[in-house]
Amino acid sequence: MSSLALGLRRILAKPWVWAYIAAAGAWLATVVFTSGQAGPGLATAALKFASFSTLVAIGQMFVITLGPGNIDLSIPSTMVLAGTVAIRVMDGDPNVIPIGLVLTILVGLAVGTFNFSLIRLLSIPPIIATLSSQFIILSLAIVLNRGLRIKPPDILGDFPGSLVPVLGFPVLAILVIALAIVMHVVLHRTVYGRSVTAIGQSERAAHLAGLRVQRVRFTAYLASAVLAATAGLLLASFSGGTALDMGDPYLLTSIAVVVIGGTSVAGGEGNVPGLWGAALFLFLLSAMLDTFGVGEGVKQIMTGLIVILVIVVASFRKAPAS
Amino acid sequence: VSQATASPGRIAGPDLRRLVRALVPFLSLIVILGAIFWIQPRSMSAFGLDLLLRLVVPLAFATLAQLCVMTVNDLDLSIGMFIGVTSGISATLLVQQPVLGVLALAGCVVVYGALGALIHLRNLPSIVVTLGMSFVWLGVAITLLPSPGGEAPQWLRSFMSMKLDIPSPIIMLVVIALVAHIGLMWSPYGAVLRGVGGNSRAVRRAGWSLLKAKVTMYTLAGLCGVLAGMTLLGLSGAADARAGDRYTLLSIAAVILGGGEFVGGRVSPIGAVVGATTIWLAANSLLSVLKLPPEWQIGAIGVILIAVLALRWLVGRLGRAS
Repeated sequence: MSSLALGLRRILAKPWVWAYIAAAGAWLATVVFTSGQAGPGLATAALKFASFSTLVAIGQMFVITLGPGNIDLSIPSTMVLAGTVAIRVMDGDPNVIPIGLVLTILVGLAVGTFNFSLIRLLSIPPIIATLSSQFIILSLAIVLNRGLRIKPPDILGDFPGSLVPVLGFPVLAILVIALAIVMHVVLHRTVYGRSVTAIGQSERAAHLAGLRVQRVRFTAYLASAVLAATAGLLLASFSGGTALDMGDPYLLTSIAVVVIGGTSVAGGEGNVPGLWGAALFLFLLSAMLDTFGVGEGVKQIMTGLIVILVIVVASFRKAPAS
Repeated sequence: VSQATASPGRIAGPDLRRLVRALVPFLSLIVILGAIFWIQPRSMSAFGLDLLLRLVVPLAFATLAQLCVMTVNDLDLSIGMFIGVTSGISATLLVQQPVLGVLALAGCVVVYGALGALIHLRNLPSIVVTLGMSFVWLGVAITLLPSPGGEAPQWLRSFMSMKLDIPSPIIMLVVIALVAHIGLMWSPYGAVLRGVGGNSRAVRRAGWSLLKAKVTMYTLAGLCGVLAGMTLLGLSGAADARAGDRYTLLSIAAVILGGGEFVGGRVSPIGAVVGATTIWLAANSLLSVLKLPPEWQIGAIGVILIAVLALRWLVGRLGRAS
């Protein structure tokens, strides 16, 4: 009995548990309110949409974990550029899909390299570097997009929304869960992941300990851009073409998901499981407020207050240890 | 670095570098203004300057709000949305029920101060708190003004379109910059406030209240946000909940262009106002007189930002090498 209580307490002490509890609470409230009608459909929708935000948040998490000042503001425009380039090259032809995928990755690598060269070569703070590059990337996307909404090849268009036959579980969610598990292992069990955490705790100490600080930072920005590009292609396929504003919500979402998920904003402490919980929670919260019939304004206010509440509660949880 | 310490210019070096660094924002402004005058000679008149610089006034206030927060090593991601709220209140409540309108605006400033207290007392990351607040402010603005509308108070409109011998925006910008500069750079308490960003422990040991300093800076930021919203409304005549969106990122960029830094309490109010003017002219006037296609205009903002930062980096290097 006491070991059970101890185990429970240990689980509750994990920073990411609360995101899942909150997500479950929002889901339950919606289901009760709709007298059980929304249940399975809502869960499926939540898994689908949370896949996109988790995908970009994984990259943002690695960048933020690098320590104070590290942040990637270019995620939305990278999503749009990758979606534009890939969908345009594929032009609805399923045979060209491999080329589209390669181009998506290349866009990600190019953006990541550009961002980091600004940060490194010109010593521009990451927030300003990615803010500036974001303008350039978006401009490129607008020029290439030309307001045409090209349809993705059918196979690719159907993929993000597809379900596993019997279980009814979204395929995309399974892949992103698998990716999250891999990234969790990378963060906590590999030299690379430990280096990211170490740099976040003290860049100087990490450097003195012989870590290749700049190389590790570079790969984190690369990872963020490549994941954003991938998410962009998937989102564009899912919504039947690239929209120039499709990335906009993902800037704030990626940061909010990272923070609610229990990653330290000051860096040095990443958390992967929490990303899924937080992404689910943010989607379910908005769905819950929608079914309650509150207006757009109240929805925004509630979302903002909850983000602040989470960070305040987290500060009380950390307090006794210090 | 070792060369610099050995050189005879050791004492004069940092002063010279600081001077050159302080000149970079002015240099950038002169280049941009020069380019505009060269391409469009007609803008070099009182009327032309009035048109060019009018919309800089709200951005200058937004930039000073950002500068207040950055002085104490924080960052405000909500200022743009806050401007949407304050201009919304000014276009509705302030016209219909002036007393209530003034109280509402004062309430907004108090909320800003309270956020400073919350961030300080719980040692919260300002990025996350203000990120949450950006949702809250947007929600408030949408609730207040579901669709663009309202009406600027007559006195505000006539104040903003005042015709004087010297174009009124120039007078306003100079006054704003001087008041902020005297308050923050010359006044004794201003030094304390900047010290909080530089070395908060030393400031506390010297007997100053860090809480009071943070609340002061956030309150001033709120006040500047109110003035930004009002001046924006006075120029545009009607309010839009999302009118302030772009000011968040532009204000950060303007502070940095003006020679400010993210940490260390190193800011320059005059530089920031010059930075705001530069970035506004670059983003709007220069690009339209260059007849650049609109899709490249966004990208050009990024290029200009990077160019100015590269210039600053170069100046920093040259200063170190001499």
